[in-house]
Amino acid sequence: MASASLTLTPPTHLARWRVQLSTLLYRRSTLTLFLLLAPPLLWFGVIYLGSLLALLAQAFYTFDDFTMAVSPELTLDNFRAIADPSNPLFGANIDIVLRTLGMASAVTLASALLAFPIAYYMARYVHGRWKGVWYIAVMLPMWASYIVKAYSWTVILAKGGIVYWLIGALGLNGVLEAILALPVIGGSSLSTSNLGRFLVFTYIWLPFMILPTQAALERVPPSLLQASSDLGATPAQTFRTVLLPLAFPGVVAGSIFTFSLTLGDYIIPTLVGPSGYFIGNMVYTMQGSIGNIPMAAAFTVVPIVIITVYLALAKRLGAFDAL
Amino acid sequence: MRSDTASGMQPAAPLWLRGLAWGGLLFLHFPLVVVCLYAFNTEASAFSFPLQGFTLHWFEAALAREDVLQAIWLSLKVASGATLLALLLGGLAAAALYRRNFLGRDAITVMLSLPIALPGIVTGIALLSTFKLAEVDPNFWTILIGHATFCMVVVYNNVIARFRRMPYSLVEASMDLGADSLQTFRHVVLPQIATALLAGGVLAFALSFDEIIVTTFTAGHEKTLPIWLLNQLGRPRDVPITNVVAMLVMLLTMGPILLAWKLTQGTEAVAGSGK
Repeated sequence: MASASLTLTPPTHLARWRVQLSTLLYRRSTLTLFLLLAPPLLWFGVIYLGSLLALLAQAFYTFDDFTMAVSPELTLDNFRAIADPSNPLFGANIDIVLRTLGMASAVTLASALLAFPIAYYMARYVHGRWKGVWYIAVMLPMWASYIVKAYSWTVILAKGGIVYWLIGALGLNGVLEAILALPVIGGSSLSTSNLGRFLVFTYIWLPFMILPTQAALERVPPSLLQASSDLGATPAQTFRTVLLPLAFPGVVAGSIFTFSLTLGDYIIPTLVGPSGYFIGNMVYTMQGSIGNIPMAAAFTVVPIVIITVYLALAKRLGAFDAL
Repeated sequence: MRSDTASGMQPAAPLWLRGLAWGGLLFLHFPLVVVCLYAFNTEASAFSFPLQGFTLHWFEAALAREDVLQAIWLSLKVASGATLLALLLGGLAAAALYRRNFLGRDAITVMLSLPIALPGIVTGIALLSTFKLAEVDPNFWTILIGHATFCMVVVYNNVIARFRRMPYSLVEASMDLGADSLQTFRHVVLPQIATALLAGGVLAFALSFDEIIVTTFTAGHEKTLPIWLLNQLGRPRDVPITNVVAMLVMLLTMGPILLAWKLTQGTEAVAGSGK
């Protein structure tokens, strides 16, 4: 096969060298594989994986609270502060984890509920050119700069801003006050309440839920739905027993994004909502102003573990085939 | 795609569904419209609504600001560098992994998805603590290294999807007809994967240009455009400049996305699905 290439190339010195190399690469495909794979693997193995492992190792280092110095004496103290209820820091730390988890779950649930009708409409009722238009219309807000979108919400929710103006114009000030007076979701104003933060998170990650859900719905053959109704199912029954089970892996696939992205975010919690750290803020503060890299490293293990568990669950629910 | 007979028989969507879908779309675009509106607002230090008046003055003021121009320039440099590295490394990884099955292939595939699957703070702090161990002060290059790592994954995802649909018999035929590896690559493989590379590169560029979480860890005192914007949020007196830059950044990231979408249209690789 490769010898054929010898006949057509003029026998200059350079060309012969090239042909020999070419033949070698074709015959020794393992060598080719190695040459192709070496640069990206070196980069990933050394820079990325190396950094991750070094970080995990440092989670076992000791941080001296008085000298603010890190020493490589191995300890489990950093993990005890997160996982051992008898540790004095446990209460504050577990609050951070639960606060973040609660928000990630709420945002995921709300995104799924908001996304489904949009995705369903896109998959079943939009055709031809309009399909592309809707697709772009969802994708553009998804890719429009993250920080700009977050900023826009601080403008929208600000006192005297659009939302307050609208509520005033509709005469709903009383309703807003009643909502803000509620425990957990309330606060002194929209932009310092958990409600506001939840709204911003849901907005920012919503497109990540719409697109996989739409893709999964798109793959449901219309003939199945017709068969279901031919056999006497009501639309509600068809939805519950045929459409939803088939589309669910897509929803789970989308939830990986909404859940994981909320879990790791720490910019939005600093811009909107009440005080009180998220996991990301804790990591950032620990490594930054305090310089306690071991504790920051131990804290990064929390989202890694949570996401690993979540991905394992998602895999069982068939989410990876829907991606 | 759906058959035409099915769409022909399809009844119109119920009103409530249409309402929810269009309402959702409105919700998605509303903040983007707000950013554009406020960029032309005359008010200097608050966000009161209704808007106060129309002016183009802040555009002039923003573009005369040294710090704005520096942030734009830094972001462009980082995004270009990260994209070039990502194209090279991601392209190589895709070429190596699409056909051959070997021991450790799955492990490598999982590893390549990590920068996207794990939250940005993990990547950020991991890199930062390594830079500290190596006693490297955060600078342009540390930002670039962080960005190239996740940009590479985007390029890899785009290119491997295209590779999987390219029949390997094309390569065999080319070699049988006497082309060497380089010629085969240039005349057979490259035209097949060119648009996927370009789309991946464009997405990588947009992703890097907009990235903030990893960057806050690896940037030190350098200010990329998103970091500049984040810092601006604590400066109420600078509101008009922030508004203008916010709109420009938004429009700047949208262009490449539309381009990437056009490039991957009609192929299975969905632009943006790998963010």
